[in-house]
Amino acid sequence: MAATGMGQQWVLVEMVQAFYEAPAYHLILEGILILWIIRLLFSKTYKLQERSDLTPKEKEELIEEWQPEPLVSPVPKDHPALNYNVVSGPPTHIISVNGKECINFASFNFLGLLDNEKVKSAAQASLKKYGVGTCGPRGFYGTFDVHLELEERLAKFMRTEEAIIYSYGFATIASAIPAYSKRGDIVFVDEAACFAIQKGLQASRSNIKLFKHNDMADLERLLKEQETEDQKNPRKARVTRRFIVVEGLYMNTGDVCPLPELIKLKYKYKVRIFLEESLSFGVLGEHGRGITEHFGINIDDIDLISANMENSLASIGGFCCGRSFIIDHQRLSGQGYCFSASLPPLLAAAAIEALNIMEDNPDIFQTLRAKCERIHKALQGISGLKVVGESFSPALHLQLEKSCGSREDDVKLLRRVVDYCMNSGIALTQACYLEKEEKCLPPPSIRVVITVEQTEQELDKAASLLKEAAQSVLN
Amino acid sequence: MANPSAVCNGHLHHHHQKQNNLLKSGICKKNGITKGMKKNGVSNGTLYKKTFIEHFEQAPMYVAVLTFLGFGVGTVFGYLRDFMRAWGLEKRNIATEREEQKDFVPLYQDFENFYTRNLYMRIRDNWNRPICSVPGPQFDLMERVTDDYNWTFRFTGRTIKNVINMGSYNYLGFAETDVNALKTVTIELQKYGTGVCSTRQEMGTLDKHVEIEKLVAKFLGVEDAMVFGMGFATNSMNIPALVGKGCLILSDELNHTSLVLGARLSGATIRIFKHNNMQSLENLLRDAIIYGQPRSHRAWRKIIILVEGIYSMEGSIVRLPEIVSLKKKYKAYLYLDEAHSIGAVGATGRGVVEYFGMSPDDVDVLMGTFTKSFGAAGGYLAGKKELVDFLRTHSHSAVYATSMCPAVAEQIIRAMKCLMGLDGTTQGLQRVRQLGRNTRYFRRRLHEMGFIIYGNDDSPVVPLLLYMPGKIGAFARRMLEKNIGVVVVGFPATPITESRARFCVSAAHTREMLDTVLNALDELGDFLRLKYSRYSKSSHPELYEETSHELED
Repeated sequence: MAATGMGQQWVLVEMVQAFYEAPAYHLILEGILILWIIRLLFSKTYKLQERSDLTPKEKEELIEEWQPEPLVSPVPKDHPALNYNVVSGPPTHIISVNGKECINFASFNFLGLLDNEKVKSAAQASLKKYGVGTCGPRGFYGTFDVHLELEERLAKFMRTEEAIIYSYGFATIASAIPAYSKRGDIVFVDEAACFAIQKGLQASRSNIKLFKHNDMADLERLLKEQETEDQKNPRKARVTRRFIVVEGLYMNTGDVCPLPELIKLKYKYKVRIFLEESLSFGVLGEHGRGITEHFGINIDDIDLISANMENSLASIGGFCCGRSFIIDHQRLSGQGYCFSASLPPLLAAAAIEALNIMEDNPDIFQTLRAKCERIHKALQGISGLKVVGESFSPALHLQLEKSCGSREDDVKLLRRVVDYCMNSGIALTQACYLEKEEKCLPPPSIRVVITVEQTEQELDKAASLLKEAAQSVLN
Repeated sequence: MANPSAVCNGHLHHHHQKQNNLLKSGICKKNGITKGMKKNGVSNGTLYKKTFIEHFEQAPMYVAVLTFLGFGVGTVFGYLRDFMRAWGLEKRNIATEREEQKDFVPLYQDFENFYTRNLYMRIRDNWNRPICSVPGPQFDLMERVTDDYNWTFRFTGRTIKNVINMGSYNYLGFAETDVNALKTVTIELQKYGTGVCSTRQEMGTLDKHVEIEKLVAKFLGVEDAMVFGMGFATNSMNIPALVGKGCLILSDELNHTSLVLGARLSGATIRIFKHNNMQSLENLLRDAIIYGQPRSHRAWRKIIILVEGIYSMEGSIVRLPEIVSLKKKYKAYLYLDEAHSIGAVGATGRGVVEYFGMSPDDVDVLMGTFTKSFGAAGGYLAGKKELVDFLRTHSHSAVYATSMCPAVAEQIIRAMKCLMGLDGTTQGLQRVRQLGRNTRYFRRRLHEMGFIIYGNDDSPVVPLLLYMPGKIGAFARRMLEKNIGVVVVGFPATPITESRARFCVSAAHTREMLDTVLNALDELGDFLRLKYSRYSKSSHPELYEETSHELED
């Protein structure tokens, strides 16, 4: 103990001695170092960020500063949509556009039922009995006996179990899709699908896969891709519903979907098919039942068919038909069905009468087809314009053979063709699109609509006039 | 507790001393279940020109407990019957998948339809009742029976005549078949037929549409208007044209599905504020402007507030003066859906804007439908010329949807002319006044009887709270036995505990009809024990004498 005590003492003495002997600058340096260490020990090792909370004053300033965009951007006065055609009187076979009398090649009145006396008197009788509006949605006393009758008649006409009617054509498919397809489900859709389908898909928030227009190989590629995806995650695959959505006759291109191939793919990959038939219902097939009849396909192979009653039936509204297992679901889940006022009874009565006429005169569809083919042939070979669409499509498109560079110029050019025809007594219109909203914007086109009321002379006149117009405007 | 309406200003002074005790501020009806009457009786000196009284009385606690119990029992039996169906002990009535498609991914998950299958199905006969006459103050119902507990219905071929219609939105009684009234409609129907077969931008703008749009703009006192063929689509197809990515939508929690769908389709960010709660709205507005968009923190491009004039399930009227002052303060835009209020409120039927004595310029986008007060179909959007010009070019409806049926347009024109007095009579004005009288009378009597009814004293939409799921069916069936057609609503259209019946008062209802309904309600209210209110006393001492009522519990 004493020895170690001695040793420690000795070290201490030596330290003190060393302290005295050390040079002053050394001591000063060490002193500074020690102070530095102390400072480092006690100061914060990092700087806290300045507090980010805004003071009430700053908040007020921010609120004061904020300038929103105007609610709407100004529309140039010469925008074509602001200088729209005004039709005086009914838009029937002979139409008065902007005060000029023309033959109508623009309204989708395929069967000429718009001014049919029988249809009108059915509507009149209904007006007398029910008045105009229904004053309620279907659930709350908005279901009229006429609605039930129309649903039954449509189901019978289409040879399906059940039909459901909507009060607006656009809302039909746009409500039907999200009734079944939910978030996480997969929808394979043709890229040329019309806007109502696009909106329905958007509302469904499903996973959307676009395939090239009418390209079954491309669709199969996507289906195969999905199949391999499913094998990776079979649990998820068991609850992921999948649908193919196509149109019978495409509104935007005028051609038909290859339904037989689609059916094959349906059973091969177990995908349901939803078919939009607004153009083909009351047009294609021996009895006007649409694309299924056209191809001779069992209608039960299609899961859901939707169409509007605004074209062939010349009324307002739309319907879906199919098996009860599928259709009935929309009565609680179709938003446009549940939450909207029902169809005015007079419009339903008109649709019923139109169905009667279609059933009584099945040759009307043959007549329409013959007329379509006639003008389709007559329109071939116009220099500068090409015909797009099937020969039997009652709405076909004339597109520019060669674009002049910008869409705007193309539209203007076509507009001149339309005006030329209008001046000579043929009413035509360009197909209108919301350019920024469309998923795959079709090229600008003039839409030629064929109805049974147009005589052969009128069809020929329209064709030759278009030829003339193209010559004078495009060349 | 801070009163929500104190946001923009002012002091509240309650006119009636008596009222003061009962007045509990706050619209939020979720807190304090045991609290009694809750009202917003705000007479705000600066913003409101008249007393603004809304009722949202809370049910007693035992009611809430019994309601949940009711749902619980229903659910247990539902599971039991599902179990029995699965084991083949009970017949499966539900439509099934085709044999060929049995191996497809099921279209519906079992649990999705549990509620429909087991609870809704029990009382399904109270909805979709088909009618076979004009939906006027009285209508004829097609009698239907079921042989399999509501899975299917069979029509007996008989009609139940002259049922008093308390369900249709026929506020001004324009759903009528009077030959003289419909004269012009008949003529136009003969002239135009039913369809249009084209869209507005292609070949579907008829002279009739030009005429109606001018008239609507004049009626509303705005620069221009545009009409659409369907009320629902007016919202869902036009909101996306007005707002988009980088914009903020502030939407009332009880907004109609069409507004919600439109908002969703627009791609804008959506934030929800509490129903008619100005504090909640202002907080959202402030935060939105101060903090900008989430993640990117850029400033919002624009902020739009979506509200309805009268809420169809609550019967409440939007607090428009406060909303307008908020939107001005924060430079937001206001989209007002007057589906239920146009024609139904305001001294001359110009909707909530007139009701509050405000200018149509205070609202950026005026929307409304023709289905209700006008007895037609379709909807309109109105406002500044720039707005309507923009819609003519950008509305989804103008480009892709068939335009309005001209005969329907004529019905709207004639009803509107009648309201404006352009037909040379004061009939329109009388209808508006009659509706006001009927509404106040009906609501006052229900209050007196001790029912809990929601909403504003001036709102022709009158929800009467039933609460318990079992009472929904019982109420509607017994009312039908008394020849009265009512609308009942339950989950999911309302919160789960707040099932209700909803009456729509019409100018076409005579005092006798209303008395018949009221007497039936009085009787049924006792039988089903629906008189939950503990404050059956008048909230308007000036309207009728004070009598002491026993407070029910």
